[in-house]
Amino acid sequence: MQKLIEIKNLTVKYGNNVALKDADLSIFQSDFIGVIGPNGGGKTTLLKAILGLIQPTSGNVIFSEELKDKGGDIGYLPQVNKFDQRFPITVKEVILSGLARRSRWAKPYSKKDNNKLEQLIGELGIEKLVSKPIGELSGGQMQRVFLGRALISNPKLLILDEPDTYVDNKFEHELYEMLLSLNKRMAIMLVSHDVGTITTYVKGIACVNTTLHYHPSNVISPEQLKAYNCPIQIITHGEVPHTVLGSHSHIHKH
Amino acid sequence: MIELLQYDFFRNALLAALLTSISCGIIGSYIVARRMVFIGGGITHASFGGIGIAYFAGINPLLGAAVFAVLSALGINYFTSKGNIRQDSSIAIWWSLGMAIGIIFISLSPGYAPNLMSFLFGSILTVSGTDLLFMSAISFITGLLFLVFFRSIMIVSFDSDFAQARNLPVKLFDYLLIVLSALVIVASIRVSGVILVLSLLTIPQATANIFTKKFSSIIIVSVIIGFVGMVTGLMAAYYTNLPSGATIIVVLTLFFAAGKLVSRCLKPSAMKLNQY
Repeated sequence: MQKLIEIKNLTVKYGNNVALKDADLSIFQSDFIGVIGPNGGGKTTLLKAILGLIQPTSGNVIFSEELKDKGGDIGYLPQVNKFDQRFPITVKEVILSGLARRSRWAKPYSKKDNNKLEQLIGELGIEKLVSKPIGELSGGQMQRVFLGRALISNPKLLILDEPDTYVDNKFEHELYEMLLSLNKRMAIMLVSHDVGTITTYVKGIACVNTTLHYHPSNVISPEQLKAYNCPIQIITHGEVPHTVLGSHSHIHKH
Repeated sequence: MIELLQYDFFRNALLAALLTSISCGIIGSYIVARRMVFIGGGITHASFGGIGIAYFAGINPLLGAAVFAVLSALGINYFTSKGNIRQDSSIAIWWSLGMAIGIIFISLSPGYAPNLMSFLFGSILTVSGTDLLFMSAISFITGLLFLVFFRSIMIVSFDSDFAQARNLPVKLFDYLLIVLSALVIVASIRVSGVILVLSLLTIPQATANIFTKKFSSIIIVSVIIGFVGMVTGLMAAYYTNLPSGATIIVVLTLFFAAGKLVSRCLKPSAMKLNQY
């Protein structure tokens, strides 16, 4: 299987604050990696280092030949709360912006681009939203639009940063089903704090808490999590043996 | 109006209104979209320091204003990105320091400063040929930049992380556009003065934004509203003998109020459509 990205001894410091220390991770062609860990544990830092948004203090992120031009081979869905939701931009403009790259600053969109846009809009079920400003969308609709932006460039790796926030259960389920079918043609890296749900879909789990431990299956035990220094409480249900749950404030009855 | 057109000063004023509405319509839309209005205010007032020094030294005040505006624009950007100081504090310092320097140098200049009011509040009827040349150049550069790079500018403004992940020159656009904003502001000082120029960058945009939420449409509508408002204000000022800059702003604000009123009347039907 082809390796897309190799992360070697990656350390990122913000001032004296160590966000990520000696992280190693390889991402292969058909991987579906769930990234879990406590808030402030370095999950977003890891994504930013892969996307080239921050410079590592030491260590490397090595891209395979196919990923080198950064011209859309990595699709990225950031956290939605990060945007100015009143920015004057339409759904269509947001999705098409996924085609942006340095080498096409001013090139108009081609017929092929527009066909791809039409196809995505159909797949995502957002036909009626195309000319709306993003400020008029609900959380779930907005996630669809940003997924469209991430997918329009036919990426080989799709990175999603907490796509399950601000969405209802129905969309969450649809999203994961969509990701499963996308995983047939691209690698996926998914950051989530909804640990319970993602473990039923992912093929491997990366526990990030300053250090990174990769667990090459979606079955993970409390002992393993403890050994990985990943302070997430898990409860194993009888019928779904591989479910991992995040810390709950309410009491579970079995 | 026809008979007014035979006067040079009036033809110059109309041309100034056109050029200013183009550059301010475009740059104002950018500034408003990125929520940089307060930065615009800082740059505008900082430029008064340059006016004061130039006045004292006996050179073209707009040249001094341009130097100060660009320096403060870069200064605000630089200090904020370094994280040494919070952005709003940094803006306030440039804002007041510029005004202070301007006032000190004007008070040091011998004699009475009759032009002072025109720099503070604008004087579109005294626009000179040199001013028009400067305005034309700025409007041309602004228009060209947005025509060629509109999409990249929009993407960088909307989501700079995404733009950077796609290797777009985010920093270059940031600095280029803040410097251009500073120059547009300086070019508009003749029309509405240091204190009132912010209105040309925000009121037409706010009015346009009532009717459209699309970046490119906001720019086009702002340019049109700006021009119509400036000409209407100019005429009103001429016939009532009121200060032109202030009259233009009152007219633009009335346009905004009218826009709000019209949209409120249209709203019930719009809401019905939105339910689907």
